[in-house]
Amino acid sequence: MTAIVVRLAMLAGAAVVSAAATPNGAAALPAPRALRVCADPNNMPFSDSAGHGFENRIASLIARDLHERVQYTWWAQRRGFVRNTLGAQRCDVVIGIIAGDEQLATTKPYYRSTYVFVTRRSSGLRFASMDDPRLHHVRIGIHVIGDDYNSLPPGVALAGRGIVRNVVGYSIYGNYAKASPPSELIAAVAQGKVDVAIAWGPLAGYYAARSRVPLEVSPVGNAMAGHGIPFSYAIAMGVRKGDTTLLGVLQRELDRRRAAIRRILRDYRVPLGDEDGTGAQASIGSDRPRGAVAPHTASGAGGTTP
Amino acid sequence: MRRQGSRWAGSWIAIVTMVGSVAACRGEQAPMAMAATGSAPSAGSGAEAPGAPPPASWPLPGRNAQAWRYSPLAQITADNVKNLKVAWTFSTGTARGFEGQPLVVDSTMYVVSPYPNHVFALDLTRTGGPVKWDYLPPTEPASQGEACCDVVNRGASYADGKVVFNRLDNHTVALDAKTGKVAWDIKLDSIEEGSTMTMAPLIAGNVVLVGNSGAELGVKGWAAGIDLSSGKLLWKAYSTGPDSVVKIGPDFKPYYPQYKGKDLGVSTWPPDQWKLGGGTVWGWITYDPELDLLYYGTANPGVWNPDMRPGDNLWSAGVFARDPKTGNARWAYQFTPHDSWDYDGVNENIPVDLQMNGQVRKVLVHFDRNGFAYTIDRATGQVLVAQPYQSLNWATGVDPQTGKPVRVPSKETHQGVNTTDICPSSTGARDQQPAAFSPRTGLFYTPSTDLCMDYKGLKASYIAGTPYLGADVRMYAGPGGWNGRGQLVAWNAATGKRVWAITERFPVWSGPVVTGSDVLFYGTMDGWFKALNARTGQELWKFKVGSGIVGNPITYQGPDGKQYVAVYSGIGGWLGAIALGLSASDPTAALGATGAMPDLPKYTAPGGMLYVFALP
Repeated sequence: MTAIVVRLAMLAGAAVVSAAATPNGAAALPAPRALRVCADPNNMPFSDSAGHGFENRIASLIARDLHERVQYTWWAQRRGFVRNTLGAQRCDVVIGIIAGDEQLATTKPYYRSTYVFVTRRSSGLRFASMDDPRLHHVRIGIHVIGDDYNSLPPGVALAGRGIVRNVVGYSIYGNYAKASPPSELIAAVAQGKVDVAIAWGPLAGYYAARSRVPLEVSPVGNAMAGHGIPFSYAIAMGVRKGDTTLLGVLQRELDRRRAAIRRILRDYRVPLGDEDGTGAQASIGSDRPRGAVAPHTASGAGGTTP
Repeated sequence: MRRQGSRWAGSWIAIVTMVGSVAACRGEQAPMAMAATGSAPSAGSGAEAPGAPPPASWPLPGRNAQAWRYSPLAQITADNVKNLKVAWTFSTGTARGFEGQPLVVDSTMYVVSPYPNHVFALDLTRTGGPVKWDYLPPTEPASQGEACCDVVNRGASYADGKVVFNRLDNHTVALDAKTGKVAWDIKLDSIEEGSTMTMAPLIAGNVVLVGNSGAELGVKGWAAGIDLSSGKLLWKAYSTGPDSVVKIGPDFKPYYPQYKGKDLGVSTWPPDQWKLGGGTVWGWITYDPELDLLYYGTANPGVWNPDMRPGDNLWSAGVFARDPKTGNARWAYQFTPHDSWDYDGVNENIPVDLQMNGQVRKVLVHFDRNGFAYTIDRATGQVLVAQPYQSLNWATGVDPQTGKPVRVPSKETHQGVNTTDICPSSTGARDQQPAAFSPRTGLFYTPSTDLCMDYKGLKASYIAGTPYLGADVRMYAGPGGWNGRGQLVAWNAATGKRVWAITERFPVWSGPVVTGSDVLFYGTMDGWFKALNARTGQELWKFKVGSGIVGNPITYQGPDGKQYVAVYSGIGGWLGAIALGLSASDPTAALGATGAMPDLPKYTAPGGMLYVFALP
């Protein structure tokens, strides 16, 4: 993706970019209704402006069922994303958001994932718990956020255990001129800049699978590992509060298309738990019985993603 | 001072509470005779600062390089100001927060708008100030998405036939003042990494001094010096990192021992955390031609969670004195070590000479976001006075022996811990809105904010790839109550005492101007432009402008020989953002500050006008 595309996509004033541009002069047929999706154009594996993300694929799947086209409003997923997209009525649905978020109305969760440890296979390091004493000594990479009265779960869990001197923060925002800025954290493991990254599962699973240096991905064991902060999150679709019609349509689709959506998520190596789980374990790589956890060895041969 | 500081802080809050509520009962704008025992410094001479510009003009953001925001003009007096009328107006076409001020040089007024940073030159020799030229830069639209707190611009500086301003997308641009043609344009940072520029450049000699914004995105803060003639970068000094990038060398002689040592901008952080260290430089820079030193404050440390960055986190939330030609640091002082509240240290540092204990002291006066007003020896960095100018409870005082605040443990914020009733809130007892100093009254006049906050220890969390869910901080009216969320405070910096204060419904987000006839002008967020007697605080005149005022009035003499007063009307900025249509129910809006201002939209709506007033 060129920087120009990215910048266009970050356009704040006129952010509506339709993916379904009509050919010149084609006015004969009425355009199908649109599923208007708010998405980040540079946020793999979730979404990108080329439609390569798993959220893009889920949106397309649902739109096909509804005989609608997908119309994207691209906006960088930073502060104000919901306010400037869904809130400003530029689009109607956010494909992935933490279930139950109070800013909007959410469907029932359609998947659950977890934070994971990412290590180099060659290092022999494996972690399963935030309480592993070795975490005091290895170099740990995590995502951090700037001054915003907020933190991400791994930083909270580590700081709560007094583990700060060996922690390297990577801005969750990163450099937006590069593709998928948060993926720098996974690259840091491959490059040996850190010994282990503690990262959100979907991001880690996807980039670990594509890494030329073989990486290991294993879930953070206990879901409430960090001082009351959950490590596993249920993800749902979100619409504006009061948009009950669309919410109902999406819920029916999610119920009906559960298997197909799980297939897409597995294609992208999203570490999956039971979407209706109450915060126990996440299983990796397949639909294992609830609670069963096994480390997943990511293939160095590249992912199965399109 | 000595240890008196700590006793004062405690009792001060009680006084503010009591008097504030009395004022609220009586209604607005009751001048409050408070702590008036401190005698004013024996200024009174009315002498302008060294290097002051011609009396008719306003060439720099604070008029002089010391940012006094004082003009010797005296046609408009306490007696005749009641006759002040609108002379002319100008609409900028941009309805966002106007935090800056226009400039006036050689019968031309220069106006810079918020994003897209449209520059206008208005001809003051002709009736109604028609446009001589305008310049609309190709500011990157994406830069709007990076700015935390509205897409403000705090104005330009003029010198040597050039008007110099910053674009939101990190360009510093010099325009030929006569033609509006670009003389030079330099890009200093990238929006993709979260950096923006909102501050007004300051020109000191032949050096243009600028800095960046964006600490909330974890960017590294820096200040830079650019050659005014050529537009070439002379130096860039970071606020965190090893001494080599902070430009700390043999000339660096800080007063306090905690600032002596190698690479403290690295060692006062966990490893590598200084790389996301914040400490941006988005406030007003000042310059003292006598000592040939520039002064600026640094913003909060990067990475919000204070538990993740044990240490003092140098050089965030402090002040640097530097050589403007080389950028080399001479001394530094940290207002808020290991900031846990978002108390940026960016507010301006005003060089003045004050009579203190029978001696003339060369000082800086700084009203910090943390609620303390500091009087600091500007040659050495020694704290002479540090007293609360607004309600605060995070510290009981500042120990002048060590320079360190005496912190209240129960008001520290920690992850997983709910901390309630922290004063001031993150917006500070004052933000960037600058103070004024009158060499006639010897007093400082500072806007202020009286808000407190609850910090909730991490309920929702942000995870990669999903929309950002927001800050969990609640801000609300401080001891002054909802009808007294702001004050204009007259301050004696020699003694560290309030002389009088005017209470306003909303935070005062407008930096005053004070004149040679002891008249002071400032605006309110609900859109009143007011004139006060600078000696007593008595209100003399007011006028309701179209949109709330978050900018700073200026005064100048027109080519017709008359004195004019000019101010922007255009609500916005951090606390004003709610009037731009942000939803109060969205906790991510304006970093959680909208909760403190739910009633503002009932009083004002967006605008972007210049108002110019004169006597008939």
